[in-house]
Amino acid sequence: MYKYSEFDEFFVRRRVEEFRDQVRRRLDGSLTEDEFKPLRLKNGLYLQLHAYMLRVAIPYGTFDSRQMRQLADIADKWDKGYGHFTTRQNIQFNWPKLADVPAILDALADVDMHAIQTSGNCIRNVTADHFAGAAADEIADPRPTAELLRQWSTDHPEFQYLPRKFKIAVSGSSRDRAVTKAHDIGLRSIRDAGGSPGYEVLIGGGLGRTPMIGAVVREFLPESELLAYVESILRVYNLHGRRDNKYKARLKILVHETGIEKLSREIEAEFAERKKWFAGVDPELIEALKSAFKPPEFNLSRTGAFERRLEKDSGFRAWADTNLFEHRCSAYSIATVSLKPIGGTPGDASANQMRALADIAERLGHDEIRASHEQNIILPHIRKDDLPEAYDVLAASGLQTANFGLVSDIIACPGMDYCALATARSIPIAQEISRRFAALGIEREIGSMKIKISGCINACGHHHVGHIGILGLERAGVENYQITLGGDATETAALGDRAGRGFSADELIPALERLVEAYLRLRDSCRETFLEAYRRLGPEPFRAALYPETGKLAA
Amino acid sequence: MAVIVRDQGFSKDDLDGRSFIGMEDAEISEDLSLAIELPNHADLPALKTLLPKIGAIRINFPNFGDGRGFSIATKLRHMGYAGRLRASGHVIADQYALARRSGFDEIEIDDELAARQPENQWISGKDWKSGSYQDRLLKTELAPTR
Ligand code: SF4
Repeated sequence: MYKYSEFDEFFVRRRVEEFRDQVRRRLDGSLTEDEFKPLRLKNGLYLQLHAYMLRVAIPYGTFDSRQMRQLADIADKWDKGYGHFTTRQNIQFNWPKLADVPAILDALADVDMHAIQTSGNCIRNVTADHFAGAAADEIADPRPTAELLRQWSTDHPEFQYLPRKFKIAVSGSSRDRAVTKAHDIGLRSIRDAGGSPGYEVLIGGGLGRTPMIGAVVREFLPESELLAYVESILRVYNLHGRRDNKYKARLKILVHETGIEKLSREIEAEFAERKKWFAGVDPELIEALKSAFKPPEFNLSRTGAFERRLEKDSGFRAWADTNLFEHRCSAYSIATVSLKPIGGTPGDASANQMRALADIAERLGHDEIRASHEQNIILPHIRKDDLPEAYDVLAASGLQTANFGLVSDIIACPGMDYCALATARSIPIAQEISRRFAALGIEREIGSMKIKISGCINACGHHHVGHIGILGLERAGVENYQITLGGDATETAALGDRAGRGFSADELIPALERLVEAYLRLRDSCRETFLEAYRRLGPEPFRAALYPETGKLAA
Repeated sequence: MAVIVRDQGFSKDDLDGRSFIGMEDAEISEDLSLAIELPNHADLPALKTLLPKIGAIRINFPNFGDGRGFSIATKLRHMGYAGRLRASGHVIADQYALARRSGFDEIEIDDELAARQPENQWISGKDWKSGSYQDRLLKTELAPTR
């Protein structure tokens, strides 16, 4: 894992001091509220519905037991004893006091963490595949690239006052687990015909009010030219992105209004200029980053403890069945720890749960932990025969929910419970859905299902790319939930289709039940997933199930 | 009276009352040390032939949240411009280091801002040369700096 250099340490400490000073200067009137706002946002501090919220970066989702324990301590000391893992590999604390924030930032700096650029109109926390460095299907570990981008984008003098926020994601596998097509820049590691490493570059993806799937702007970019190229994209965006309307200010709108061909020519022209002055990043530095993410030394021995436990414990079997993923080393598994207990708040973890996770990682998991954009925690390197022991620790902390990828593994934004912009509740809806399907006992029968819920049109819950997306709006003072169908966040990314009129909170759960029943009836075998069935049959039979009053029920 | 902020602190304008002129006037001027005013959406390639005649460029920031000026400054430096580069308008003390690191030499602020954010807020602790990620990563950079 990457460890802070002396410079990183110097930088984050200087930044904390700078912020402490800015808070002081806001209070003495040197800074107006307008001027202070972007400064606090660039340090992760939001003003929410009830209180301030501090959003802490977990760069590319990778952290360790020491950092997890510190997050637990922060939750206990300055918050209400829990933290909330977000859809962008951040953790949010919902109840810090403004005066405590510099001290929290210091505590983060103590363990090589920060909240820099987790908000505001700048380049945000760079995200990556949460199975990085562990997945059997990986081509290249995306984290050296993501760390390079983290450093390059941090306090970049040109790009701190962009038209709008800017998100970059990196994937190093043919399977896209980083939602690269819904980012301002998506990078996919590939090799050219001669075997040299590089990237396919996508731009202009994004969800929000105007959801768009990213378009390929460069089919192959040599690895050594990454920063010059990304800088060229950012420069074109900084100069030409719209600043007259914040809802039209993202890069996706510039791509849409200019056209990808024309914009790509502008970027290439900028790149040609840029390269004249850019001798590339020191190859030694690149090598040092790559070696910082070297895989741990795996223990390949087997004892059979895993199989023995599978045989005798159906709870463990159910968990292993859904929550394990193939590791590149056959004696190991990638374990997803679900933060979606039935009826719980998606993404919340208590301080004690964080400590339990830290213990497992330290003792059994080569001290590596990942936060996923699906609001779960990943233990990327657990030896198969240690899984029973890890499972017991999880179970003792209420973390053994066996629902990864199932209907109750829901992504939900904070919604009306915390967010000042919300038009509807989203957490309580997620809780109701998970309770209902758990009560019906058909979760496993349904199989792979991604439900994603946003509490307003800003789409932080990624509803457009949910197999079933739910968008909470408000109509004449009443919550109204719109359903989209057939969205997909992976390498076959697609935006969902709007099903039809929205549902009240009371109507919503029965409607989802009808939808799922229709799927179970219509699928050609128990192997066909909801998404596959939807793609094969089209929206009609599913619409008919949602709105039985308007048409015939599909047989 | 405008205040000019430099690394040493606040000072008076030393351009001796020479006024900044627009690009169109610059094109027909015989002067060999022009001072020109550029909007932050200027078409820079059109400026290329004029650059040798220019001694000072001022770029206006209509408000501090509009960061186009930082990219304009960087591009001018990449084009080989080595004359004086000044930011003016609404630039706050917290942006001083960003402005210097993007290629600006100085910032022109009005008296109201100079009173609200006095000299020590601009220079104290804003040691913008003490190191940045960009210097470290791009240190092989060939761009002219002053
Ligand atoms: S989608 Fe809307 S309600 Fe949900 S977190 Fe984003 S802004 Fe808030």
